[in-house]
Amino acid sequence: MFNKTVKELSIGLSQGEFSSVELTQHYLDRIKAKDGEINSFITVTDELALEEAKAADQIRAEGKATDWTGIPFAHKDIFCTKGVLTTCGSKMLENFISPYDATVVSNMKTSGAVCLGKTNMDEFAMGSSNETSYFGKVINPWSDKEQLVPGGSSGGSAAAVAARLTPIATATDTGGSIRQPASLCGLTGLKPTYGRVSRYGMIAFASSLDQAGPMARTAEDAAMMLNVMAGHDAKDSTSIVKDVPDYTASLNNSIDGLRIGLPKEFFNEHLSPELQNILQDSIKQLESQGATFKEISLPHSHLSVPAYYVIAPAECSANLSRFDGVRYGHRCEDPKDLMDMYQRSRTEGFGDEVKRRILIGAYALSAGYYDAYYNKAQQVRRLIKNDFVSAFEDIDVILSPTSPSPAFGFDSKGDDPVQMYLEDIFTISTNLAGLPGMSLPAGLINGLPIGMQLIGNYFEESKLLNVAHRFQTATDWHTLAPKNI
Amino acid sequence: MQWETVIGLEIHVQLATKSKIFSGSSTQFGSEPNTQASLVDLAMPGTLPVPNEEAFRKAIMFGLAIDADINKRSVFDRKNYFYPDSPKGYQTTQLDHPIVGPGNIEIQLANGTKKIIRVHHAHLEEDAGKSLHDDYHGMSGIDLNRAGTPLIEIVSEPDMCNSEEAVAFAKKIHSIVSSVGIGDGEMSQGSMRFDVNISIRPKGEEKLGTRTETKNLNSFRFMEKAIKLEVERQIDVLEDGGSITQETRLYDGEKDISRSMRSKEEANDYRYFPCPDLLPVIIDDVYIDSIREDMPELPDARAARFIEQYALSDYDAEFLAGDTETAAFFEVSTKISGDAKLSANWVAGELSARLNSDDISIKQCPINAELLGKLVLRIKDGTVSSSGAKKVFEVLWAQKSNDVDAIIDQQGLKQVSDTGALEAIVDEVLAGMADQITQYQEADEKKRKKLMGGFMGPLMKASKGQGNPKLFNQILAKKLNS
Repeated sequence: MFNKTVKELSIGLSQGEFSSVELTQHYLDRIKAKDGEINSFITVTDELALEEAKAADQIRAEGKATDWTGIPFAHKDIFCTKGVLTTCGSKMLENFISPYDATVVSNMKTSGAVCLGKTNMDEFAMGSSNETSYFGKVINPWSDKEQLVPGGSSGGSAAAVAARLTPIATATDTGGSIRQPASLCGLTGLKPTYGRVSRYGMIAFASSLDQAGPMARTAEDAAMMLNVMAGHDAKDSTSIVKDVPDYTASLNNSIDGLRIGLPKEFFNEHLSPELQNILQDSIKQLESQGATFKEISLPHSHLSVPAYYVIAPAECSANLSRFDGVRYGHRCEDPKDLMDMYQRSRTEGFGDEVKRRILIGAYALSAGYYDAYYNKAQQVRRLIKNDFVSAFEDIDVILSPTSPSPAFGFDSKGDDPVQMYLEDIFTISTNLAGLPGMSLPAGLINGLPIGMQLIGNYFEESKLLNVAHRFQTATDWHTLAPKNI
Repeated sequence: MQWETVIGLEIHVQLATKSKIFSGSSTQFGSEPNTQASLVDLAMPGTLPVPNEEAFRKAIMFGLAIDADINKRSVFDRKNYFYPDSPKGYQTTQLDHPIVGPGNIEIQLANGTKKIIRVHHAHLEEDAGKSLHDDYHGMSGIDLNRAGTPLIEIVSEPDMCNSEEAVAFAKKIHSIVSSVGIGDGEMSQGSMRFDVNISIRPKGEEKLGTRTETKNLNSFRFMEKAIKLEVERQIDVLEDGGSITQETRLYDGEKDISRSMRSKEEANDYRYFPCPDLLPVIIDDVYIDSIREDMPELPDARAARFIEQYALSDYDAEFLAGDTETAAFFEVSTKISGDAKLSANWVAGELSARLNSDDISIKQCPINAELLGKLVLRIKDGTVSSSGAKKVFEVLWAQKSNDVDAIIDQQGLKQVSDTGALEAIVDEVLAGMADQITQYQEADEKKRKKLMGGFMGPLMKASKGQGNPKLFNQILAKKLNS
């Protein structure tokens, strides 16, 4: 049962093969049995899940079921869930019970889906390996002899889906946090256009870059979940007023004549020969379905990592100021005065990577440095966006690598944080431009999955999902599962 | 040495919107602590601001009222600092792209001269909450009801050179704010607060001196006293050979002392940057024009109309037109009395004096405009004398009755205007004043006028105060001059 996709489970439920309670219990049992090793969940809400499953079965009995009624899933622990622990992977929020639901959470509730729990993540979504979580690292289920990272920051969601502990999960992506773990765990993950999914109730890392999306096994499942997640929200001023298409409707469209661009800056000599070959095979596959390829240029893409590591920390330095020990979250013992309370609460509550980014951000915004760093980074951001806008004049979709390599070992990046930051070298520019991007399994390197990335024009998620689905119809990379599940 | 003072003001005005600038919470004053603090106001993780259009409308109205440029594109910035009453750890404000650009305000001084004070800009921002330090046994309480109340901060150019000008400017802003209806103008509730930047320089010197900023003054009186105190302090420092430190100062109005809060070195680096949760606000001419059409009459225009329509003096017109409530009071009472000048005198005179001495606003006035109009009508038609009217006014003020005619009757204040009866009284009184009559008749024209008053006292006494003075005067003149 656990190998079924959401689509298949949905059919199974509607045909009465199993009930939502049975299905939910099945996944809860799997989590209990397997998650000790993987550590992909921070909170498992068994009782709530079974209640929701019961209610879903009731709705089905009344003949009011939809595609999502009774389908289990998990939320990344960055989404506020009313009455349920919401930690964002941080000691700061170790005991934070959210008093309200994020819009994504209420959308999923309305759909009738059953939430199994909250998945582990890099602290405040800052990381590419899930090593920065206060609740311990997440192990990639593809690990064999050596323990490998699942990627980050949505590493918990990715590991849980890859280990079949949940059929699907929500995730968020600020610089690659959906796509890179999807690549490393053999999954299909989509970061929508900025403004497509409401950020209300999603704990902010970098407000102008954060975007929520699905972490799925197939493009079809991702399309189904995006149908529920997407839409304008009056509570988020940056959410866009635009109709949400049915993303499943165009999955099977022909891609004959589709123009796909290959950025020469991403297909350079640093790319490993294995990854080169995997991407070439993917290109051939899509060509066989009628897609045409041409080389394009994104001349400023080499500036995306440095620009990102100014803008994202700058925004986070202010976004994380609210964690001050006054109203909620960690407060130090016996503060001797206000300054002491601020300093110790924040020193104790935040981990090293979070502190590093707050410091970088505060520095970049300081008087005398603002123009050289923040302003310059914003200028670069505009250039990067313009590169994409020109590129999309002649093409429909961009194809590139998602991550430079498959899953790596813990601590393998050494003490230099920049080595970790380079994990997102292919994904970050999409966030800076606000474009939709997705990663889907494209092959194996040394027995480990690796993805390819598709980048679309603004609000062209349908086109990405269409290409991905056509690819998955012709290949079986997305069906591969880790051995020991 | 002769010193010259340079003053610039930053005025925070709470906008009278029903809900907060970035959340749906009520802005009502005086509720139980934290009952008007929503998830957004508490800065719960994941919450986001949604701008309140009404705050923009009101800020634009202020801009139109001072003939300022309205910026078609305005941007919210984050001003970062830690304080418990600032729940997000930053204040959302506008730094480089405020909604209201440069404008002008004309002030009038006591000696009648007028002066233009330039407004540099006015920007929208959110108010902070309040820290409560009493009653918590050594701890501090936080009340976030006020957090997120919309403010405009009006920043003047350093165009004022003494406390009188600064107060006149502040009062003019107050008058515009309440006339246009963008704020309630209730100073005691903190709905208008002043920061004063002050520097001094030797007279004739062009270069500005080092300035200090005295923050959070909440009344015109304290502002005036704080300015005088700070100017004296700066003169003392410089004349003793010292130098002024650029600093922020706090003024204690009760004790009339000020102290340094922090120096420039200790000043925060606020690390402003554009708020990524809020898109730039773009407006067009159609929108601005629609607001312009809804603008109420402004104090200056109203004063001009009062001069034109009611033939009031500049001073009366300025006074009565300055505040919407007062202006309406005047116009209603004039409509009933039919005598603008006399109504103006009563509203600007007796009524204002009583409001001042009882320290209440015209909104709380125990006498309504219709009643005052009726009273003025009875003066005008000779039913009651001015002095009698003052007695009626007292009864009305005490709210013992609201029937003007009945009070006049009950108090025996009705004037006798029957010329036959008055002539009889005049004859009777003059019969006993032969000496004074002779003295009068021998005096020159100029002196006669003065001596005439000597007869009025006995006449009023003889008529028990009820004789119509105007008629007495006429009869008396006729008799004495014949």
